[in-house]
Amino acid sequence: MRFSGLRVLKEGLTGNRGWRPHWRDPAPKSDYDIVIIGGGGHGLSTAYYLAKEHGLANVAVLEKGYIGGGNVGRNTTIVRANYNLPGNSEFYSHSLKLWEGLEQDLNYNVMMSQRGVLNLCHSDGQRDAFARRANAMINQGDDAELLDREGVRRLVPYLDFDNVRFPIYGGLLHRRGGTARHDAVAWGYARGADSRGVDIIQNCEVTGIDIENGQVRGVQTSRGAIRAKKVALVVAGRSSQVAAMAGMRLPIESHILQAFVTEGLKPVIDNVVTFGMGHFYISQSDKGGLVFGGDLDFYASYAARGNLPMAEHVMEAAMTLMPMIGKARVLRSWGGIMDMSPDGSPIIDRTDVAGLYLNCGWCYGGFKAVPGAGHCLAHLIAQDRPHPAAEKLRLDRFRTGHGLMDEEGTGAQHNLH
Amino acid sequence: MRIPCPICGNRDSREFDYMGHALTLDRPAPDAGLGAWDDYLHNRENPAGPTRDLWFHGLGCGAWLVVSRDTVTHEVFGAELARDVTGGRA
Ligand SMILES: Cc1cc2nc3c(=O)[nH]c(=O)nc-3n(C[C@H](O)[C@H](O)[C@H](O)COP(=O)(O)OP(=O)(O)OC[C@H]3O[C@@H](n4cnc5c(N)ncnc54)[C@H](O)[C@@H]3O)c2cc1C
Ligand SMILES: [Zn+2]
Repeated sequence: MRFSGLRVLKEGLTGNRGWRPHWRDPAPKSDYDIVIIGGGGHGLSTAYYLAKEHGLANVAVLEKGYIGGGNVGRNTTIVRANYNLPGNSEFYSHSLKLWEGLEQDLNYNVMMSQRGVLNLCHSDGQRDAFARRANAMINQGDDAELLDREGVRRLVPYLDFDNVRFPIYGGLLHRRGGTARHDAVAWGYARGADSRGVDIIQNCEVTGIDIENGQVRGVQTSRGAIRAKKVALVVAGRSSQVAAMAGMRLPIESHILQAFVTEGLKPVIDNVVTFGMGHFYISQSDKGGLVFGGDLDFYASYAARGNLPMAEHVMEAAMTLMPMIGKARVLRSWGGIMDMSPDGSPIIDRTDVAGLYLNCGWCYGGFKAVPGAGHCLAHLIAQDRPHPAAEKLRLDRFRTGHGLMDEEGTGAQHNLH
Repeated sequence: MRIPCPICGNRDSREFDYMGHALTLDRPAPDAGLGAWDDYLHNRENPAGPTRDLWFHGLGCGAWLVVSRDTVTHEVFGAELARDVTGGRA
């Protein structure tokens, strides 16, 4: 089923009776070439690129819940390539380029909106750091512009520019950044993978990983045993539990990150605005809700809901930055389980078990990585060598100390990112 | 969340800083080798359920606590002074 403007018109005129489910609901087979554990954005995009780029379609994605129920449906949808350090820079650049062609590629409207991401700065030191970051972005081939205070004012006149503690000095504008519709990204990849022959199996929890003589043989699931030549672990906040099934201890701590949305309002915030000093960022969804968030609650958690201290802190930061937001009413808040790594950067790598691959450590930033991570993990699985854009996302960097990607410069230790 | 500080009583979690799993109290010997130190610094059990972690009562008495709590329900079972605890796994 192809989507087109004509098709939408025709369906609209004929009572929308022609739409069909976007993917099948197959029973799991007993045997696959490749099993992907986790049907989030990363698992689905991995399956899609395995089928599309490498012709490997004897693949199953096993999801313990439903497609879109994990972080891929809980995030604040920001897409950007404004990283500083080698490793992250080329990876997120690669991912953003895939985003730019994604809707055509998937024949699916993921509502990719390159509305620009504006990071605000409030001191000379922070402005210098932004200049350095902007140069790193430009060197990587991405776009970056430094704005002075008046430049920021032209773009976002509604901010409080003269806040006593955090007066606005300027900003770093990344015009190709923006937002996308998170559910649609999951659905689009699921549909694309399914139509190329991948089995997407929901309500199928992996409960064990079968390994013989150091080689992966398959998985145990709530729907029976499934044999596989290769298995990829792509379960975000649950990475530690699933890795433990293969006898591994990961450099991951799961933390809670909250987000908030207001009632729908007329268009008022045109870009993504981040206020790093207040741990606050905001954008407006196409439906009109102001979508915003802050930092982790900062204690290990699997609750998928946060506590009030961080909710209060985020609201205070919002009022500090844009007092007008006080008139909006918050509709709801929620949380997701973040797979935090010691340096705040991700891992796409092999493991010590032959045929077992690992994708984790996405911290708060894995939505923008959905196309890139799937593309690079599919390459690693299919060719057994890393894609150049992801070859620095290594699991052993913590042990060796080589190639740590500590973007914030706070130290490559848990609880600092 | 409230944390029952043995010195100050039940206090709001905002008075505390969090430092991760209490296994950081089990510091390896300086010559324990790369594997032991890598495991100590980076790798985590990361349990979904009961855990023991370190909290610093910065806006209270200034003591380090080992707090027993549940990472799934956020229930807090109890807290003891870290100096009274030998080894985080205990
Ligand atoms: C509040 C919030 C805001 C965020 N904002 C942004 C943002 O603005 N920009 C950005 O880039 N990133 C953001 N992120 C991060 C991003 O959402 C995640 O890094 C990313 O979605 C993780 O990858 P995923 O989509 O594959 O994860 P998930 O969707 O969580 O997928 C993992 C899947 O694995 C399944 N699973 C787990 N265990 C098993 C098992 N045993 N068997 C079978 N299946 C299993 C889970 O059910 C889940 O569906 C945010 C996250 C949160 C919570
Ligand atoms: Zn105290």
